[in-house]
Amino acid sequence: MNSGFQTFDGEHEAFRQTVKAFVAREITPHVKAWEQAEGFPRELYDRAAEQGFFGLKYDEAYGGTNAGFFFEAVLFEELSKCGSGGVAAGLGAQATIATGPLHLFGTDELKRRFLAPAIAGKCIGAFAVTEPDGGSDVAGLKTTARREGEHYVLDGSKTYITNGVRADYVIVAAKTDPSKGHKGVSMIVVEKGTPGFTVSRALKKVGWRASDTAELSFSECRVPVANLVGRENDGFAQIMGNFQWERLTLALGALGAADDIFAQAMAFVTTRRAFGQNVSQFQVVKHRLAEMATELEAARQLTYHALRLHAAGEWALGQTAMAKKLATEMCCKLADQALQLHGGAGYMMEFDIQRHWRDARLGPIGGGTSEIMNEIIAKQLGL
Amino acid sequence: MPLKILVTAKRVEDSESKIKVNPAGTGIVLEGLKFKINPFDEIAIEEALRLTAKHGGEVVVVSIGGKEVVEQLRSPALAMGANRAIWVNHVGPMDQLGIAACLQKICEKEKPDLCILGKQAIDDDQGQVGSYLAEALGWSQATFASKEESLESEAEKSKAPAIKLSADGKSVTVVREVDGGLQTIEATLPAVATTELRLNQPRYASLPGIMKAKTKPLEEVTPASLGVDMTPHITVVKMTHPPARKAGIKVADVPALMDKLKNEARAI
Repeated sequence: MNSGFQTFDGEHEAFRQTVKAFVAREITPHVKAWEQAEGFPRELYDRAAEQGFFGLKYDEAYGGTNAGFFFEAVLFEELSKCGSGGVAAGLGAQATIATGPLHLFGTDELKRRFLAPAIAGKCIGAFAVTEPDGGSDVAGLKTTARREGEHYVLDGSKTYITNGVRADYVIVAAKTDPSKGHKGVSMIVVEKGTPGFTVSRALKKVGWRASDTAELSFSECRVPVANLVGRENDGFAQIMGNFQWERLTLALGALGAADDIFAQAMAFVTTRRAFGQNVSQFQVVKHRLAEMATELEAARQLTYHALRLHAAGEWALGQTAMAKKLATEMCCKLADQALQLHGGAGYMMEFDIQRHWRDARLGPIGGGTSEIMNEIIAKQLGL
Repeated sequence: MPLKILVTAKRVEDSESKIKVNPAGTGIVLEGLKFKINPFDEIAIEEALRLTAKHGGEVVVVSIGGKEVVEQLRSPALAMGANRAIWVNHVGPMDQLGIAACLQKICEKEKPDLCILGKQAIDDDQGQVGSYLAEALGWSQATFASKEESLESEAEKSKAPAIKLSADGKSVTVVREVDGGLQTIEATLPAVATTELRLNQPRYASLPGIMKAKTKPLEEVTPASLGVDMTPHITVVKMTHPPARKAGIKVADVPALMDKLKNEARAI
């Protein structure tokens, strides 16, 4: 079923072949080992950077290609087919949340210091909002950054930070004016090795095992005011703006993963035999696959719709939230059904479907939970 | 000495696609199939680009088929770095004689120093065009070009060409994969080489390459304009799936195994 023909043109499809070839050569053969090791080699960032994967939306002056959202959409769909949500997330964060704020709001100096080397794969970035005492509540952040002369002094901690362990820099959301709610938030770049900044622990996860996820702590951590991203106390709006594209990429990633999940289910049921015939010949299995294909297609079309709106410059807050929720929940459901179709094999670690099942579960949680998506949608409805 | 190199880019069924024979047994079902460039041709393009990167020159890529083959000419062929493309617009059946004849006419006009082709295409696995072409042109040929170093070696990482041009620029040294080992030969230019899997690891078509490819020159010709009759000399009588393998059996002991190998399988 070719559903993307109206959204992606010939060049996007040519780029898709490049990403596919990259995934097949550089990632897929190593997925099992990397998942077991709970990490992937840093060199993969170099390889991905050589192909320009981190600079698709960014200016040529900083090493990007300014190719646009559709190319990055292709990248996210195809990366997610590698079968390791963790690898896709580690590379994905570098292309979106860890670099997006610098591109949108950073000074030329910040772009040269951090964005350009991140696009070139020379340094790894992370974006830190979530805290141990509160997840989605950006207005209620506890981490503070008080101004002392030409420095900000950061105190607090962050958790569930993708790429946090090996990040060379972290964009930290902190309160520069704790007396105010969301109007007192700013984004500040903290470099690895800055005194007072430590990685408190690497976190163990249900899925996304190949990605590095950290808890970070800041104690009297002094960074120059030049590291402020955008305007002081304007961080909330900036963070929310950056989340839009992140959510779309999470929806696109869910589509890519669901494509692979569906392909694995099809491959299994068309070869597995029971009661003298292929499992796929039972009507109950045929109908299950028909429903799965329908749900995947519906999520794909809503996501592509949100993507087209976003690329056209529309502030599609509602559609993006809907797409993120629908696509990630669809992926979770498909993974569960595909695992069920595998029977006993689905529960065995040696089959790949269990990894999708574990990885997909993060979809409705990360980048804003389904509940937060519903809040956004409800607000759009005037409720 | 700058080299002019002609390479081929055949459009073939993607090996990820599931190939089915049509019910009439006259061919395969094309609906829903995905297509890509023949992987051996991709290796040929890579080798040509490495050679011209080292010695200067030009890489011209040729494909034969309907307008859909332009897709593979643009990307990956031109996107990888080939300078220009020639599209032989032909819809309908063709065989290796017709294909070699088209390439021969193009070579007579373009006068390349070297032609590099995939050793075979992964669709029908005929593996004959390279030799037919060399024969038709009366050029030397070096089929199954490979190299001594592995694909993980430093030579591969440095993107050095495995086909070596002589100091006087009059011949190339080619390491060939033959039964039981490697054979090194020298071929006088102009020559035709065909590529093995272990010759190199082709580069990806980069995004800037994909963008540039759309403005690179692409010339359209037809078999008629080349003076070639494409009527095939080969007729496909019937196409079938290979018979399904039968389940194996367990033998009691080594003598029983030897007996079966000798008298039933006639393998020893």
